[in-house]
Amino acid sequence: MTMDKASGYKEVMARKNQIMKKAVGLDYDAFESGGIAFDYERMMSETGYTLDEIIHIQREHAVGNTPIIELRNFTKIVRRLSLKGKGARIFIKDEAANPSGSFKARRAAISVYHAKKLGFKGVIAATSGNYGAAVASQAAMYGLKCIIVQECYDSQEKGQPEIIEKARKCEAYGAEVIQLTVGPELFYEFLKLLEETGYFNASLYTPFGIAGVESLGYEISRQFMEMEGRNPDVVVCTNAGGGNLTGTARGLLKAGAYDTRIVGASVNLRGLHMASDGQFNRKSFTTGHTGFGIPFATFPDRSDVPRSAGRPLRYMDRYVTVNQGEVFYITEALAQIEGLERGPAGNTSLAAAFSIAQEMDEDQTILVQETEYTGAGKHIRPQLGFAKSMGVEVLAGDPRNEICGVNIILPAEPGLIKAVDLDMDNLRKKYIRNAILGYDRDLSETDLKFLADDTKTTMGFVREVIGELGREQ
Amino acid sequence: MDARKGNWVRIRKIVLNPGERSENLPEDTRKVPLMMWDKGFLLNENAAIGDTVRIETIIGRKIEGVLVQVDPGYDVSYGQSVNETLYIGRQLREMLGDDNG
Repeated sequence: MTMDKASGYKEVMARKNQIMKKAVGLDYDAFESGGIAFDYERMMSETGYTLDEIIHIQREHAVGNTPIIELRNFTKIVRRLSLKGKGARIFIKDEAANPSGSFKARRAAISVYHAKKLGFKGVIAATSGNYGAAVASQAAMYGLKCIIVQECYDSQEKGQPEIIEKARKCEAYGAEVIQLTVGPELFYEFLKLLEETGYFNASLYTPFGIAGVESLGYEISRQFMEMEGRNPDVVVCTNAGGGNLTGTARGLLKAGAYDTRIVGASVNLRGLHMASDGQFNRKSFTTGHTGFGIPFATFPDRSDVPRSAGRPLRYMDRYVTVNQGEVFYITEALAQIEGLERGPAGNTSLAAAFSIAQEMDEDQTILVQETEYTGAGKHIRPQLGFAKSMGVEVLAGDPRNEICGVNIILPAEPGLIKAVDLDMDNLRKKYIRNAILGYDRDLSETDLKFLADDTKTTMGFVREVIGELGREQ
Repeated sequence: MDARKGNWVRIRKIVLNPGERSENLPEDTRKVPLMMWDKGFLLNENAAIGDTVRIETIIGRKIEGVLVQVDPGYDVSYGQSVNETLYIGRQLREMLGDDNG
């Protein structure tokens, strides 16, 4: 107990690094170069677990080994909409089959195992989403105490039905759920709880968490090889904090799937401010959206640990957005023509795949790497009903006309579903700008190499961008 | 009295008043306090809604806050009919035609 320490906002925030070091059991300084660069691969290998260990830990706790399902009726619709010879076959990895109903069980399995191994009595995670349920579920298996901190309500105590359902699910696994109103100071409450309890920070962004997702990419390759005799041509990952995409891509590479293209997909929430009390309930997606996806891609170290292990630009070949109405349409379609009722947010990448498959050849394959559970509150109907009750109009039309927070436009026809590309070089430039912001020394070769690796580009590209930013290298 | 010792209750607490909040906030958020809710077993002998009470949470932490609810339940549901989505299944099944399945 550290009740004697000052608990004001500024005092607690100033102790951030020392609180985190203790709560993650990891000295991030060991991987720093002193410059912009840090040794990402060494951080992943020295503090993480080998893939074999990860798979073993997960199997022992009922995580992973989820089925891949071919969406034949989706493919038929796609081919009706495509030019002759186009229309790739669509597959989905049914991650809803994990114990807590999403792929997040993979991350939680390793974080909670690690916490137990280090002798922590409990785990804490700051999340309004599936990760909370996953940590609570794994903590229940290990007999650890669990606290989940959620951003849940606006100042009128009105909350998204999806988040309230998630609180119920966490409590069902024996966790204490702390629900907060809108605001980034959730992190302050989180730090105070870590200090008070001495529990492990089951952050989404530690090497253990990300390594837990590597088994997903690895399984995809192994299972697909068995089913089809090759790797999928494209894997689409819903992207928010970047860990899902990073872990999946790393797992695919470890399986030798070097030619599989990695596409990130986020729900477009342009125009909505994530920390706005008034706009909080005007969005219908609480994760998988651009409000997390873009800031975390272009500045991964904004997370709750000093160095995030989720670094999506390192692996991403393409990044697309889809609109809320398109994801809801696809969610309904998945139930109606494939007989799979799954949660809306996880179908973000499926909506993108539905569009991208139309650009691809008939003999190619595209795989969506997750589904998530659905249930009361966390379902297309209560979510759309809630949006309507907040004054958001729901209508059928052209999704391109959707205005976030004003309306949700379900595509009048499936041909109107369109994955819209984000400019990758622009994202990479933003990343580089953020990485060197406030750094006034000359960049070393190590720094340039790091920035090139972290943006999946070349040192030439990095030099050019830095030159454009008005710095000579 | 609304609640007795040992009852399962919900409390509310102000974490940060408007003036104590982060400087980096949108206007609408800056004007309101950061609030939190938690649940636990009432430690006071008796309490009424609106009283400041102490509770023991499900994992055993002891915290203080304002009593807002006794026997808190869940009211998430599958919601009301959202007729706007009803065309989707019919449209896709028609496109699949005889080829369905």
